[in-house]
Amino acid sequence: MSETILTVALTLSQLCLVLAMLLATLRLLRGPRAQDRVLSLDALYVCGMLLLVVTGMRLGSSYLFEGALIIGALGFVSTVALSKFLLRGEVIE
Amino acid sequence: MTSHLAQVPLWAAIVIAVLVVLGSGLTLLGALGLVRLSSFFDRIHAPTLGTSWGTAGVMLGSALLFTLTGDRLVIHEIVIGALMMTTTPVTLMILGRAALSRNGGARPRAANPASITAGLDADAAEGGSDRR
Repeated sequence: MSETILTVALTLSQLCLVLAMLLATLRLLRGPRAQDRVLSLDALYVCGMLLLVVTGMRLGSSYLFEGALIIGALGFVSTVALSKFLLRGEVIE
Repeated sequence: MTSHLAQVPLWAAIVIAVLVVLGSGLTLLGALGLVRLSSFFDRIHAPTLGTSWGTAGVMLGSALLFTLTGDRLVIHEIVIGALMMTTTPVTLMILGRAALSRNGGARPRAANPASITAGLDADAAEGGSDRR
């Protein structure tokens, strides 16, 4: 019983996250200016990280969490670097 | 095949299912707002649904699941959640300042609220243009 509930919930959650990644990709391709693309890239990183965590829950594997941690840290660094580039014109002054 | 999911008791399965579906549904709602909203300063609020309760719901469900199946400790999820909660405001604040400076120079003064709304209307009006 609990296996059925968890399988249905995790599958639904995976579908929601994949759809969220598709919507963020749509804004990334369509965004009128550069800051829209940076914002949607940040949202895409977060959705991919959550999708990796939910897949790890479904498979029962603990290795995917390390990947999620790395994706979270690198998403922060890349979004800050792109925002600094938009703000100043260069990343390291 | 998936024997680790059958080890979870029924109440915990219901709680985990509600948390995970709530978190991913809020993330989907944030992405939908990212597509649907009209100006950039509206859109910058939308993905924070995914980074606040989206991340928190999925991480709490994951911590509960892996604690009950006895695979490992729960410290990984707390680290990821704390990282996401602390880095998202910093990121979006720098991005908002970059967008303000790209919109034409000075930040809007708080002493004159009409200039703020005028700036936002100008941003919404130019959202459809091809200015990069």
